[in-house]
Amino acid sequence: MLAHIRDFFAQRAVLEVETPVLSAAGIPDPHLRSLVTRYTGPGATHGRELYLHSSPEFAMKRLLAAGSGAIYQLGKVFRDGEAGRLHNPEFTLLEWYRIGYDHRALMSEVAELVTGLLSVHIPLAATESLSYQEVFQRHAGIDPHRAGHEQFAACAARHGIHPPDGLAGQHDAALWRDLLLSHVVEPRLGVGRLTFVYDYPASQAALARVRPGDPPLASRFELYVNGIELANGFHELADAAEQRTRFERQLHARAVAAGLPAVPLDERLLAALTAGLPDCAGVALGFDRLAMLAAGARTLAEVLAFPVDRA
Amino acid sequence: MATYSTNEFRPGLKIMLDNDPYSIIENEFVKPGKGQAFNRVRIRNLKTGRVIERTFKSGDSVEAADVVDTEMQYLYNDGQFWHFMRPDTFEQIAADKTAIGDNTKWLKEQDICVVTLWNGVPLTVDPPNTVVLKIVETDPGVRGDTSGGGGKPATLETGAVVRVPLFIQTGELVKVNTRTGEYLARAKE
Repeated sequence: MLAHIRDFFAQRAVLEVETPVLSAAGIPDPHLRSLVTRYTGPGATHGRELYLHSSPEFAMKRLLAAGSGAIYQLGKVFRDGEAGRLHNPEFTLLEWYRIGYDHRALMSEVAELVTGLLSVHIPLAATESLSYQEVFQRHAGIDPHRAGHEQFAACAARHGIHPPDGLAGQHDAALWRDLLLSHVVEPRLGVGRLTFVYDYPASQAALARVRPGDPPLASRFELYVNGIELANGFHELADAAEQRTRFERQLHARAVAAGLPAVPLDERLLAALTAGLPDCAGVALGFDRLAMLAAGARTLAEVLAFPVDRA
Repeated sequence: MATYSTNEFRPGLKIMLDNDPYSIIENEFVKPGKGQAFNRVRIRNLKTGRVIERTFKSGDSVEAADVVDTEMQYLYNDGQFWHFMRPDTFEQIAADKTAIGDNTKWLKEQDICVVTLWNGVPLTVDPPNTVVLKIVETDPGVRGDTSGGGGKPATLETGAVVRVPLFIQTGELVKVNTRTGEYLARAKE
């Protein structure tokens, strides 16, 4: 499968790159925690903290801003706090960027690669693409953009979901959407086929461009196969000022809602965006989950040589 | 008050919920891409046996249930309570009908049972997986039949009724699986 991936990109003249696993900056996303290590030696007599990357996104964007052209990377990334049937604190990520693509064009390329990799192992029906709103309406019977907390709560109850304490009376739409997405919608996505979900709420834009409108929508997509989230892509945000605002908002949410320590922002990424990121789309695809689907396995542990509890 | 973080969740962990003790059967970590992580668990109410599903935000804490399994010897029934003793400390406790439930029909004096205590009070009593009991009543068997095909009902000394092979007679000892209620073999004193 790794050879297939490298061949796929070689044929398309996408350059393979390697960026550092260790970074001076952390990721401010309130739902991600970086593993941290310490370097002591020349240049850091008293030691300094280095963050293990949770994805190579920031470094790859610096290469794009420096004029690399289309690039891909296949390597290990690290996330603290994540272990389970579909999670391991270190895993293999395939990430690539296409200049001049928007999220729609990139979705087609993702479909081509993943279909090529999986269709020799499992039968796949025709690929479908549905908006975030459509998947909620179809599988949960609710409009995710306009529902109030009473409707979210009623929807959870209809599906036999008992929400976490404290969520019941809350207006935290993002948390309600995450609950219903993970418990009700996701298990029904991509059954025997590739299902792309696109046009996310602006609050879940992460590093995607947001298009104004009612409601404003993020140019972000995710790919599901057999209920498993495989990939996440963006039409990349290239506005440095907007990026800084989002980072600061995330840092605030990180401290207030999640009670997590602040992390240094990636000033080098912000400088690169200021210098100019070409119009591009990028996507990150979980390789271990892809291998799991190809092998017909139910847990990541079945396809990892040694999962974290035996590392 | 002891608590467990969702990171400590695993099958068999005992937690408190709505004032009842529960045991975790299954724990799944779910996290939508770029979103809030949850622990979705299936838990059994240790008082009623009912299995329900709950969801917690990953990182949240729940109260621990003071539930411990202890091996105890069954002593006697006084008509209202069943009395057990810890073989190491000789400490005695009494379990009521709610804790014993249907298992009364497998309780034989001297046998070692697992008594589940919640805040020191018996919550459930599990008899050994197999027990040897005497047959107090069964129809006379057919001489020479050793195949056991068909079988017949037999009443045991504790009141339990199990199907035994035709050659088994009143007064004999039989080994029985208490989880399935099935006859396993003839037994000796």
